[in-house]
Amino acid sequence: MTFPILTTTLLAPILAALIIVFLPKENDKLCKSVAAVGTGIALALSLYVYFGYDQSVGGLQWVDFGQPVPWIKDLGVTWYMAVDGLSLPMLLLTNLIGFTAVFASWNVTHRAKELMILLLVLIAGVMGTFIAQDLFIFLLFYEIVVIPIYIMVVIWGSSKRVTKEYAGMKLTIYLLMGSAFLLAGVIALFVNSVNITGIADMSFEGLAQVAFPEQLQIYLFALLLIGFGSLLSMWPFHSWSPDGYAGAPTAVSMIHAGILKKIGGYGLIRLAIVVLPLGARFWAPYMAVLGVIGVAYAAMGALAQKDLKYVVGYSSVSHMGYVLLGLASLGIIGINGAVAAMFAHGVMAALFFSMIGFIYERTHTRWIPDMGGLAHYTPKLAVGFMMAGMASLGLPGLITFIPEFTIFVETFKVFGLLAVIGIAGIIITALYVLRAAANTLFGPARPEFSHIKDLKGPEMVPLIVLGTVLVVGGILPSLLFDMIDSGVAPLLAHINDVLQIGGR
Amino acid sequence: MGTGLNPSYFIGLSAALFAIGMYGALSKRNIISVLISIELMLCAVNINLVAFNKFLTPDAFLGQIFAIFIITVAAAEVGLGLALIIAISRRRETNNLDDLNWLRW
Amino acid sequence: MVEFALNHAWLVPLLPALAFVIIVFLTQRWKRLSSLVSITAMLGSFVIASIIAYGVFTNHEFIEKSLVYSLKWFGMEGFNINVGVMLDPTSSMMLFMVSLVASLIQIYSTGYMKGDPQYSLFFAYLSLFGASMLGLIISSNLLQLFVMWELVGLCSYLLIGFYTFKVSAREAAKKAFMTTRIGDFGMLLGILFLQIKFGTLDLVELAAAIPMFEQFGVSLGLLTLIALLFFMGPVAKSGQFPLHVWLPDAMEGPTPVSALIHAATMVVAGVYLIGRTLFLYVQVPGAMEVVAAIGAFTALFAAAIAITQREIKRILAYSTVSQLGYMMLALGVGSLSASMFHLWTHAFFKALMFLAAGSVLHALHNKADVWDMGGLIKKMPITGWTFVVGGLAIAGIPPFAGFWSKDEILVVTMEYAKHGHALGYVLFGMAAFTAFLTAFYMWRMIFLTFFGKEKAENHPHESPWSMTAPLIVLAVMASIGGLIGTPWANIWGEWINFGEVHHAEPALGLMLLSVILALAGIGLAYTLYCKDGEKKTARKLAENYQSLYQLSYNKFYIDEVYAWFTQKIVDGTARVTYYFDIYFVDGIVNGIAAVTRGSGKGLRYLQTGSMQTYALVFFLAILVITVVLAFGSPSLASIMGGVK
Repeated sequence: MTFPILTTTLLAPILAALIIVFLPKENDKLCKSVAAVGTGIALALSLYVYFGYDQSVGGLQWVDFGQPVPWIKDLGVTWYMAVDGLSLPMLLLTNLIGFTAVFASWNVTHRAKELMILLLVLIAGVMGTFIAQDLFIFLLFYEIVVIPIYIMVVIWGSSKRVTKEYAGMKLTIYLLMGSAFLLAGVIALFVNSVNITGIADMSFEGLAQVAFPEQLQIYLFALLLIGFGSLLSMWPFHSWSPDGYAGAPTAVSMIHAGILKKIGGYGLIRLAIVVLPLGARFWAPYMAVLGVIGVAYAAMGALAQKDLKYVVGYSSVSHMGYVLLGLASLGIIGINGAVAAMFAHGVMAALFFSMIGFIYERTHTRWIPDMGGLAHYTPKLAVGFMMAGMASLGLPGLITFIPEFTIFVETFKVFGLLAVIGIAGIIITALYVLRAAANTLFGPARPEFSHIKDLKGPEMVPLIVLGTVLVVGGILPSLLFDMIDSGVAPLLAHINDVLQIGGR
Repeated sequence: MGTGLNPSYFIGLSAALFAIGMYGALSKRNIISVLISIELMLCAVNINLVAFNKFLTPDAFLGQIFAIFIITVAAAEVGLGLALIIAISRRRETNNLDDLNWLRW
Repeated sequence: MVEFALNHAWLVPLLPALAFVIIVFLTQRWKRLSSLVSITAMLGSFVIASIIAYGVFTNHEFIEKSLVYSLKWFGMEGFNINVGVMLDPTSSMMLFMVSLVASLIQIYSTGYMKGDPQYSLFFAYLSLFGASMLGLIISSNLLQLFVMWELVGLCSYLLIGFYTFKVSAREAAKKAFMTTRIGDFGMLLGILFLQIKFGTLDLVELAAAIPMFEQFGVSLGLLTLIALLFFMGPVAKSGQFPLHVWLPDAMEGPTPVSALIHAATMVVAGVYLIGRTLFLYVQVPGAMEVVAAIGAFTALFAAAIAITQREIKRILAYSTVSQLGYMMLALGVGSLSASMFHLWTHAFFKALMFLAAGSVLHALHNKADVWDMGGLIKKMPITGWTFVVGGLAIAGIPPFAGFWSKDEILVVTMEYAKHGHALGYVLFGMAAFTAFLTAFYMWRMIFLTFFGKEKAENHPHESPWSMTAPLIVLAVMASIGGLIGTPWANIWGEWINFGEVHHAEPALGLMLLSVILALAGIGLAYTLYCKDGEKKTARKLAENYQSLYQLSYNKFYIDEVYAWFTQKIVDGTARVTYYFDIYFVDGIVNGIAAVTRGSGKGLRYLQTGSMQTYALVFFLAILVITVVLAFGSPSLASIMGGVK
């Protein structure tokens, strides 16, 4: 019986939300402070867990209560909270972004109390998906995530090209559609596993041991691919992403682009690829094609945008294309790269959205042609924007480069020319990022912006925290890669075993 | 048995009763008439239940118990229905079913 | 001490990196202190680099074997990357040259950038640049090198766009980044190929593996492809045709930046890289020919543009492009020695000329058109005479530095031709003609700027010592820097070479030819632009050959073609994609939603509100089910839950 540190991490934001419920709503500074403390504790705990994980041993560690606690016996559902090298970066990412998202919403005064409560519930929900080692709990948390997002978009969002109601609805329906496919797949998976083994076991580990017939794997993988794929904004299920981010308030954009999308990638590895390797092998080429289309298509889409949030929205679709491509390679280097790319993109996108949020608060516009020369008045904000932009175009020395390169190494080997099209995406990415940066930050100073103030106080937190991660992760990629490798390597070994037996 | 009493008489009777009740329930405009028609249909069911009990399991009173339950429920239902009808006709001053369509699209 | 320096060569890039961090986080407020930190760090690097150079050039072992040490950066099964240091004569020379030029230029900048509101930031960027450039030089791994390669690109981007309020600077910075990115794309593919096929990116291991490329399942054709893809990076970075367009625009940055990054150091990184990976190129003669041809063509092409340009820094920029072409040519014909030698001398005389041009611009308050200048040498003697030294060096007048290195390139090109490469004669002709053009356009600029009549509206004054002192040091280097590589005592060639040490006989004929070409160029410039006070002949020539003049003046319209391509093709595709997305993809999404809503709208009329209708439907349904159960097919019945 060990101390349930992961459950505690999960409860920290929930507890903070409960405290905020009893605070006076006029005192929004206090509400935000409590939220900051709650997410701060979760961040500190996840850092402790991250650096306390023994990579040489690998596997699932920090198991809460020492072992899975039975919950629904007939379905084999257990409260099984544990982490490995795959979960840990995602857990850390969640809390990094959760913590900074509170500060990115520091200037919100409209119903700040409710915003903080929903934000904390959202963070806890996402965190739960990453630490649950039980499929049922995973799905449960995933469903918890969907509801706050809709409310947050509709109340605190902004209407530009599309109304915030449309954006929120689109986002929610897509997420639910994804979860419908997912649910169908998961139920079929579970029923078949019971038929095959005679034991009801919902844990990922247990499901991975079940030898599903190949034809079934192919059908189920397709269901899961659509489910997780629409979460990962896989082309052509991507169109919620730019509209959704544009409509959502800053904190939601940060969390959504930063972590929620990663549930898709995480689920694809943890559930789809590991449990259904034969299905994965069948669908991998299609995944790669969709990934490459996503990269090129969304990069082109981003190039045509005039609204900053749309630029980043399309760009995140494009980056997720790389992740999909890396996963499709089904090789250790590619999957390592894909996981690292998810982490890197999360940090980068969160920083980008928080900076855009601050710009919007100050200038009341996100329309690129209306801006220019902001760097003269807000140098720190410009630094944050440039760092995020440079990370987005994969500048070496920042966290995003090595993951991308790693993905390229594997996919170039596996897919050849197809990967080259994806790699060419870096040119277009550079073009739209540099254009956005140049037209927003540089050029002649505009007198209408002379009143705006630079970042100060709590507003600096996203820049400092996420900026540090961007740089440190770029200089010392092994901090991230060793961890991911310790988680992915055993999974890959398992997959290769299955593929070799089933391949004959 | 063998007295010429044969199940088809009962089925015929109850079918006829049911059909009459159904015709009334579907075509009458007066709420009270519809309610009466529904009672007819329930009676048809009761006849069926009692008769089949006689022919299939004469020793057990399954059908009779069912019939008594139905009669009880029907009484409650009529009580409730009449109360609703009174309330509606007080408020809307009508007991024509065609006027009671305010739950449509 | 030498031992310490050799084993701690990573200190050389680390010191400026620390300076960058210190300036950004601590001393940004105090301008003088920031520049002091930056200069101290760079001088420290220079001292260490000098010791390293001493250590390397006094020990003959380094010719054969380079000093390499590294540690693991990150890795996984089948893909490990080490970072480390690789010291050999070439990299030691580069370390020395870059840290020297960088130190001088930083000292110069204290004068040039005085009064700029972003003075501290400027020095921070210069330090960051110094760190990445020095890091690039000592890299022992191609990925490490690529990281540094991109970081120098970032510094270049930041410094070109340093005057952020200027739209032209902003656009130039963007253009520089984009153009080099296209090259980096190819280079990245090349690196990926190497990693996949040879399983390593370590320079030493690659150098051992590539000669046996067939054992790794790589055909000659594939290796050529790899070499050419890889070459795209240097083409963009070193401003080779057709990706040279960014370099002249990069002159929007402050002049010290142009001198440091866009003349002496960063742009030669491409040349250095090809020199570093020459073990790859010598295996593929086809790729070598491409390198040589692009180099020679760029040299000639840029010189042809330079003869009609009017802005002083633009002329120098095209001259840089042209000289980089020379270096590529030398590499293409297989001579690392000649290429690096020209890189070395060029760094000094070109940095000198840029700094002198900066001094002129400083004095004339950024009036850049050479036709508006004249007679400046009287008011600015130090700037003027040091510029003349640079002009003599680049034109190739003995014994100035440029003469020896350019001569070396001509010699190796001629030898290449004699060894059975017919292409060599063409290349030689191009190189020789470029030498003539170089002398002509350079001295055209010098005559227009420093000699002739003074313009009454100009009130020039000599620059402060912080600016003139570096000029003098560089002038000294530009004068005597070539003496270590004369054909009679080729110390240079002994140390820096690839493969066999090569002792060329002094080719007096070629020397004579190159001197004659240089003198002819200077003479022509003198006749047209100095002797003739009104420049009537020059104007008349321009009018008579209007179309040629316009072609050259407008840089052969390459920029226009690129702009057209970007704006029409790329942006057009982007717009089409976007409309496809919002009308087609989103159309489907909204279509599905509309169908849902429409069917709801239609179906709600079934909700008549009439109880009896519902009841009727209800009974009919039961009737249907009953009939089906009684008389329907057994399978249908079983679906409905009936008996078999």
